[in-house]
Amino acid sequence: MKQLSVDHLLGIKYLNKNDIDLIFETADHFKEVINRPIKKVPSLRDITIANLFFENSTRTKLSFELAEKRLSADVINFSASQSSVKKGETLIDTVNNILSMKVDIVVMRHPNVGAGVFLSKHVDAKIINAGDGTHEHPTQALLDSYSIRERLGSVKGKKIVIVGDVLHSRVALSNIFALQLQGAEVKVCGPTTLIPKYISSLGVGVETNLKKALEWCDVANVLRVQHERMDVKYFPSTREYTQLFGINQQILDSLDKKVIIMHPGPINRGVEITSDVADSSNSIILNQVENGVAVRMAVIYLLAQQIKR
Amino acid sequence: MSSKVLLNSKEIEIILHRLACQLIENHNDFSNTVLIGLQPRGIYLANRLKDLLTNEYHIKDLKLGLLDITFYRDDFRRRDAPLDANSTEIDFLIEDKNVVLIDDVLFSGRSIRAGLSAINDFGRPNLVELLVLIDRRFSRHLPIQPNYKGRQVDAINQEKVKVCWKETHNKDVVYIEDNI
Repeated sequence: MKQLSVDHLLGIKYLNKNDIDLIFETADHFKEVINRPIKKVPSLRDITIANLFFENSTRTKLSFELAEKRLSADVINFSASQSSVKKGETLIDTVNNILSMKVDIVVMRHPNVGAGVFLSKHVDAKIINAGDGTHEHPTQALLDSYSIRERLGSVKGKKIVIVGDVLHSRVALSNIFALQLQGAEVKVCGPTTLIPKYISSLGVGVETNLKKALEWCDVANVLRVQHERMDVKYFPSTREYTQLFGINQQILDSLDKKVIIMHPGPINRGVEITSDVADSSNSIILNQVENGVAVRMAVIYLLAQQIKR
Repeated sequence: MSSKVLLNSKEIEIILHRLACQLIENHNDFSNTVLIGLQPRGIYLANRLKDLLTNEYHIKDLKLGLLDITFYRDDFRRRDAPLDANSTEIDFLIEDKNVVLIDDVLFSGRSIRAGLSAINDFGRPNLVELLVLIDRRFSRHLPIQPNYKGRQVDAINQEKVKVCWKETHNKDVVYIEDNI
């Protein structure tokens, strides 16, 4: 009988290899469930989950909500733009008010780094980090690894390059932790201004030539350029970025092998990736979205298992 | 702890043949009937019956599915040990079919209750029947009774029925173990 070694899912850095294996095994069962005629199981019918989104989200929010509903949990949604946060309420006050409505699990996205860790120390509920600033986005990294495992059989020994705005990406950091934990080799590729200085201390190689990076890797995980987090100019123009770091069919055809293309979304078509690549058979972008529901069901199910009545 | 043999391999063999014949009596050629083995332990009995019906009684195209009930159980978070899931393998629809649920031991009836809920997610069956190898008749928590049973046992609560199969323990035998 197995269970997670952690009480909350705050980041991949708190997990061990067994946790990831357990989440993937459980996700396999849920992937079978979501492909049934009736895509729902009654496991969590006495659990209430609050989705607190202090930052915009489409995919992650829908994916979490669907995962919760497929497990039969009761769901309440909160977005900061329509709430009393605008009136000056603190995070702990907001959350404690919601918890006094008897909520068991909180799924939170927040613009500040460490918001999930902070919350887990002050409130009595299971916390799932759905993205905290530029820090971690653990469920995205889990579903990315799960999708690689599904396509290539395993993650161990594979070479993965993360292309683009690594500096502002929580997806990149969580992916680096998750991939290394499973024995994959990781490199990052992008303009030097968008590669964090500490990156080599994580054991991650840096490549500034996109073609060389693609020749080296089995999988390319392409990130979005996060204009909304940029306070200064990190590269001269979007056009120049696209010319140097945009992935198009031409550059993929020039390689003597097939590279799997991933993207956490939302895609800026024509900027970091062209439409023909995003929609090609090498792209597993939509598989990532489908797997996202199964992986999030697994995480919620495994954490809910620890709640005793 | 002491244990005694409740059924030996010869007796199990005879019981399996009887159960197969009883199923044929009610379901003829099985054209509208499917067998569903409950994970994890009901699948051995279900596989045996399928082999018997196919090889000895020449039933053609007999469908067998394996159903995992972990996500439907009513003791989620009420046990100390977490629940391990198994795989569900049902590659046909159950809509309007006659379903025979198969498990090794019927005790409280709660697994069967979970199985009945789980079955509904694959369609609305025309009829559901229950087949068990061992029926512990005085320990039910729910109003559930088997349609076909191998052996009825009047065991007290401290006693445990242990079913061993060739596939898992190298021989077919059913023990009754005393935990006092």
